Amino acid sequence: MKYKALIGIEMHCEISRTNSKVFSSASNSFNDCPNGNVRPLDMGFPGTLPVVNKEAVRKSIMMSLMLGCKVPEYLYFERKNYYYPDLPKGYQITQETKPAPIGSYGKLRYDLNGEFKEALINNIHLEEDTASQQHFPSFSTLDYNRCGVPLLELVTEPCFHSSDEALAFLETIRNIYRYADISEADSKKGQIRCDVNVSIMDADLDEIPENYGTKVEVKGVNSFGAARAVIDYEIDRQIKLKESGEYDSMPQQTRRWDEDSMTTIYMRDKVDAIDYKYFIDPNIPKIKLSQDWINEIKDSIPVLAHERKEIYMNNYGLSNYDATILVKDKNVSDYYENTIKCGADAKSASNWISSVILGYLNKELLSIDDIYVTPSMLKDLIDMVSSGTISSKQGKEVLFKCLEENKDPKTVVEESGMKQIGSSDEILKVVTEVLDENGDNIEKYKAGRTNVVDYLVGQVMKKTRGQANPSITRNMMIEEIEKR
Amino acid sequence: MKNSLKSIVSLHSDLVSGKVSSSDLIHESLKRSHKLQDECNAFVTIMDEMSGSVNDNLLSGIPYGIKDNYSTKGILSTGSSNTLKDYVPFFSATAVSNLEKLGAVPVNKTVLDEFGMGGTGTTGHTGVVLNPWDKTRMCAGSSAGSACAVAAGVYPYALGSDTGDSIRKPAAYCGVVGYKPTYGMISRYGLFPFASSLDTCGVLTRSVEDAAIVVDGMKGIDSNDMTSWDSSSVHLFDSLDGNVKGKKLCYVKELCDINNYPDATDELKEHLSNFFETLEKCKSLGMSVREVSIDQKLLNAVGSVYVVISCAEATSNMSNLTGISFGPRSEGDNYHDMMKNYRTKGFCSLIKRRFVIGSYVLQAENKDRYFFNAQRARRLIVDRWKELFKEYDAVILPVGSGPAKFLDDSKNSKISNIEPLEEHLQIGNFGGFPSITIPNGFVSGLPVGVNITGNCYDDVNVLNIAYALEGSMDYKGMVARGYDYEV
Repeated sequence: MKYKALIGIEMHCEISRTNSKVFSSASNSFNDCPNGNVRPLDMGFPGTLPVVNKEAVRKSIMMSLMLGCKVPEYLYFERKNYYYPDLPKGYQITQETKPAPIGSYGKLRYDLNGEFKEALINNIHLEEDTASQQHFPSFSTLDYNRCGVPLLELVTEPCFHSSDEALAFLETIRNIYRYADISEADSKKGQIRCDVNVSIMDADLDEIPENYGTKVEVKGVNSFGAARAVIDYEIDRQIKLKESGEYDSMPQQTRRWDEDSMTTIYMRDKVDAIDYKYFIDPNIPKIKLSQDWINEIKDSIPVLAHERKEIYMNNYGLSNYDATILVKDKNVSDYYENTIKCGADAKSASNWISSVILGYLNKELLSIDDIYVTPSMLKDLIDMVSSGTISSKQGKEVLFKCLEENKDPKTVVEESGMKQIGSSDEILKVVTEVLDENGDNIEKYKAGRTNVVDYLVGQVMKKTRGQANPSITRNMMIEEIEKR
Repeated sequence: MKNSLKSIVSLHSDLVSGKVSSSDLIHESLKRSHKLQDECNAFVTIMDEMSGSVNDNLLSGIPYGIKDNYSTKGILSTGSSNTLKDYVPFFSATAVSNLEKLGAVPVNKTVLDEFGMGGTGTTGHTGVVLNPWDKTRMCAGSSAGSACAVAAGVYPYALGSDTGDSIRKPAAYCGVVGYKPTYGMISRYGLFPFASSLDTCGVLTRSVEDAAIVVDGMKGIDSNDMTSWDSSSVHLFDSLDGNVKGKKLCYVKELCDINNYPDATDELKEHLSNFFETLEKCKSLGMSVREVSIDQKLLNAVGSVYVVISCAEATSNMSNLTGISFGPRSEGDNYHDMMKNYRTKGFCSLIKRRFVIGSYVLQAENKDRYFFNAQRARRLIVDRWKELFKEYDAVILPVGSGPAKFLDDSKNSKISNIEPLEEHLQIGNFGGFPSITIPNGFVSGLPVGVNITGNCYDDVNVLNIAYALEGSMDYKGMVARGYDYEV
């Protein structure tokens, strides 16, 4: 490879589950009714003033700490001034890099197919989201529900070299947002939006700013899939420019991602960049962030995905593969842990969840929160199998039935008369009966054809209509033949 | 009836004793409003249908006026601007709601310089406000209508707002009291912003006592305004005792020395000598008065610092005025044209000039030279004043260069070096200091004022000094000549 790419990411993520928006008292929740979650500030009515939401600040500080960023002593907010229909005040309240935003200069370890990499965080800052717009041929609509929703913008250094690295990082960050309950981080709900910048340089040069190529920023990258496509497309496009000798005369520019053509489209040069006339918002006094509060937030950081994974492997004896599957979705991981809390065996719980439940969820496009089977029901099922009340094959059937028909495993087992005969006395009676009827097979067994046991066990199953525990039956069968 | 000319305390006792009813007062106030509107053009809206009742609070049942840059629920609130000429808010400013809870009765909305950005009372969209003492003169601004109406005896008080001197200068030109309390004592929620770091709500009255009563009613910490503070332990009216013995005052030599103005007019000479007579009265009340010297460079910077900071903040604050969600929507092929047409037609040229200045000083290539330097200079000036407050209880200074100016600017004489004297009240906004202007005499048959400014949170002290001084002069409760008529 003659060239290497340098990729930086700006990731916007809406903070979920604060009672109100970041500067207004309107509800921060999904609302079907356009302009239903709106207070006067959200539409910029004259005389309205911003009031900072403490919970949004708390969650931002937590994210900043998890990224290893420096949290400032005083919190400031600034105005970013520009006219746009989605910005009713005529400015967005945000944080610039001076004075320091809620987090600066952090590092985050992330896992790319088992290999650890380090991402460099330039800063993370808290700001307000804008209104959402819809454009029609002869008119446009504005929905101010999203206007003022707390938004965290995370800015990385150009520290990624491929779309694989960038995506692994994005997935790690999304997991952190979810595990720490900062955001649902659902790109389908528009909660995650990215800008991606890409440049290329000669592969043999040192990675220092003097050697960097020309930065191309691509805006409006609204899914991880799109992020991968943009990066791959831009690297390819820029290499072609380099090969044809046009790269060095390309100006630093902003482009946008076009979903339809799957290409990036030129928007403007750096020289046309908007001057946002930042200044500190005089309506928000500087806020002292006490060390006590920061420590309290630090102590409340929950166990994150990679830490859970280690626990699953070291304490529960799961394989790397199984542990990875379980922590991929926080809700699944929570479900797993609750099943263990109910008293289920950790390994069996992992097997049942990853083999049966996740398969079912994938097929039906459901989330684990949507299913009727609770962790305690799953524990009951696991107990019935391990005690031999039902076979594991039956267990699978029962669990599917429960998932499909919203039923309790115990009820399903009872209703279908599936109960396994576990008691030795009952099985012994049938085994004796079968052996009495199959003298010729005993002879065959003693002559060395041990596979006749399978046939004999099958006969027991037939007589008990499948309710005898197969492994107990098998052991007993061998014992009884030996006796004769 | 001449009830409107009385103080709040005496009106309250008349109401409680049944000597008058609230509807009598409202009726009288409305009659005076309509007459004054014809003569001086002080109002944007007169609310003819208001009614009131009396309770324990001193303000209950008594009519008052509201500057038209306060948001009033269900009542037209224009900021004296064409951009909001049809705007009826669905929420009231906190200060107005606080008064409403006490039973105060608003009867009109008063004219201001468009969005408070002016000092003449001539730029409101409903036309020029005339000074009731002399209709060829201005009221100053921006609280022009409020000063005019209080001076003309329409009611005992009207709300104002003060970003540079917008309460205290018109008070002086109209011969009334103008009080701007410490920044954040009264919530700014619902006040149309001009420059948020300087904007302060306040009141115009005819006595210090009335100013204390009204601000007691307006103030209070507000969960909608992060810059408001808890003043529940401060009781302004109850704290007025007139005991000022031993208080230390200072004045600034560079502003008050007539020798600094070689081409001084007779009016300026009279105004300054009247100021020194007022200082003698202070001394006879048992206060000490010292002359202090301030670096002339610092004083000369005041006006520019004010222009840079206030225009920068204003540019941003008024970006919400697009005519899309509220205000009279303009025609245009697209959003940008609609907005451009609305703003081009809606704002007066003075404001547009200030927007250009504000944008210019905030541009990346100019920001350090203008905006950041202005903030640095603001800090230096405030620090110097804070030093004074370590030694003195208050700074006392003359307001402006004399009585109200002529509306026809060609009749106004130009005096060199006069800017610092005209603009020093802005220092009160730079520091958020409590600051009050009271009338202290006449020049050319027109009232002039004196200003007392103290340290932040020291409102009681500032009011007490003003209260004692007012008591030693004859201008308490004064109404403009010709306006003490019977209704």
